[in-house]
Amino acid sequence: MKYDVAVIGGGPAGLAAAIKASEGGASVLLIEREARLGGILKQCIHDGFGVVRFGEKLSGPEYAYRFIERLKAANVQVSLFSFVTSAVKLSDTYKITYVCKDGVKYAECSKIILATGCRERTRNGISIHGDRCAGVYTAGAAQNLVNILGVMPGKRIVILGSGDIGLIMARRLTLEGAKVVGVYEAKSTPSGLTRNIHQCLHDFDIPLYLSKTVTRVFGQSRLEKVEISDVDERMRSIAGTEQLVDCDCLVLAVGLIPENELARTLNVPLNKATKGATVDQNCQTLVDGIYACGNALHVNDLVDYVSESGEIAGAHVTLQKTERNLLPITTEGKLLYVVPQMLDTNSDFGNVVMYFRASEELTNQRLTVTACGETIFSKTYAKLLPPEMERITVDFGKARALGELTVRLEDK
Amino acid sequence: MELVCIVCPNGCRLDVEQRDGRVFVVGNKCKRGADFATAELTNPMRSVTSLVKTTVRGYPVISVKTDGEIPKSKIFQLMKLCDEITVSQPLPIGSVVASGVLGTDVNLVTTTNMEIANE
Ligand SMILES: Cc1cc2nc3c(=O)[nH]c(=O)nc-3n(C[C@H](O)[C@H](O)[C@H](O)COP(=O)(O)OP(=O)(O)OC[C@H]3O[C@@H](n4cnc5c(N)ncnc54)[C@H](O)[C@@H]3O)c2cc1C
Repeated sequence: MKYDVAVIGGGPAGLAAAIKASEGGASVLLIEREARLGGILKQCIHDGFGVVRFGEKLSGPEYAYRFIERLKAANVQVSLFSFVTSAVKLSDTYKITYVCKDGVKYAECSKIILATGCRERTRNGISIHGDRCAGVYTAGAAQNLVNILGVMPGKRIVILGSGDIGLIMARRLTLEGAKVVGVYEAKSTPSGLTRNIHQCLHDFDIPLYLSKTVTRVFGQSRLEKVEISDVDERMRSIAGTEQLVDCDCLVLAVGLIPENELARTLNVPLNKATKGATVDQNCQTLVDGIYACGNALHVNDLVDYVSESGEIAGAHVTLQKTERNLLPITTEGKLLYVVPQMLDTNSDFGNVVMYFRASEELTNQRLTVTACGETIFSKTYAKLLPPEMERITVDFGKARALGELTVRLEDK
Repeated sequence: MELVCIVCPNGCRLDVEQRDGRVFVVGNKCKRGADFATAELTNPMRSVTSLVKTTVRGYPVISVKTDGEIPKSKIFQLMKLCDEITVSQPLPIGSVVASGVLGTDVNLVTTTNMEIANE
């Protein structure tokens, strides 16, 4: 079959992209490897989704449902239980190979939207030594066991990582009857929202230990204990501070990395800071016709912005292909990253949505966007935290000349 | 006293003071913050999300939420109630699986739309 657009991944990014592309008149194939649409939201049963978009605190499945219903009304071909194994460029189309119940299948399309979400860092990714025993899970895997399959991963649980995912899992496992011995964090400050520290830990008297990490695991066949060590400010463990904590389950909530296996096979250049593709304001990667959105593009903390990036990609795929003129957007100051990293001056640059993260906790900052030295946008921030992504819209049409583009963060 | 508002992800830091039986709040960006602080000092309330079992193919459990807030002190009683419920047919999202839980006027409703599995 031949389609205008293939969307890979049926999470909030892919759903939004597919709906938008279809509403714009494109024929769309949405490919999802799991049994149901919704992506990671299916298992995020806690509330707090959609505050920006709907002004309501929805649970993950409720947020996804709103888009799934719209998708049903749109003319999108959905292929579930389908895992995309490769995508290759033919002369002027792409050929997608996917494995589904009927075996290996192929689809041809003019454009591809990558909405494959992200992966979790594993035990290997953070070098925890020790026995190869059962009972060590990533937070997402534990969340899937509990919230989708209704199975508990353990009874006495240690959680490593104080990001929102770790905090939410601490509460969830406690509510389901497990004893969460503690949440351990290598940094000296918690990574998650203060709101979650309060309602997930304080409400249930779950202790939070800062500047500590798990350095070793012990267990014959099942996890029996973990070794906890203090860490210095550069997050190296300090010898002599080891202590043993009994537990039968270790949950790792130690970070997410954009999933970009397919981007690699398509030779899409990736960005070091985001670990996702480098894109222009339309979420188009440096390879013509390939788009990236949602957590595949950069790890988001709010699903509202995930949907937004899907819509940006989905709206642009329906436009006539034009020759692009890409200008790099450089960053200066304490910025972890800015997305997009490029501006296509041959397409609309009136209201460009930009996302950024500060590289450290900062107060009284000014963000300025300049074009050839001329300031075209400026905003001040009383406080910036790396875990909280910021969103701005910049009118590049204001610039007298579109040459050197810079985003700078500096003390006010 | 310092509190963090948990009503929405803004997480406003609230400075709360209790004088002559009244609660004074600063730091809240909206009215809900003041209401939250007052309740937190008198009778803390929480919305709860959890799961109930089902016998429907493809859904070992289904996600649920309270459609309002219940006293924080009753959260574990609610969890016990969740344990006792079994859904035996596919229910559309928003279906009430227990009404007026624990003597409140709050219902337990499903938050996942159960579609017949096409496995
Ligand atoms: C535990 C947790 C708690 C969170 N809490 C909040 C919160 O309170 N509020 C909030 O706003 N946000 C929250 N988020 C963030 C938000 O849920 C995510 O940012 C969002 O779901 C990402 O959407 P996505 O579509 O990019 O990716 P995903 O939802 O991960 O979807 C990607 C989809 O692509 C599919 N896929 C991947 N590769 C392939 C392939 N090769 N072939 C076929 N299909 C493929 C996957 O199966 C998946 O369905 C949370 C996230 C997590 C993990």
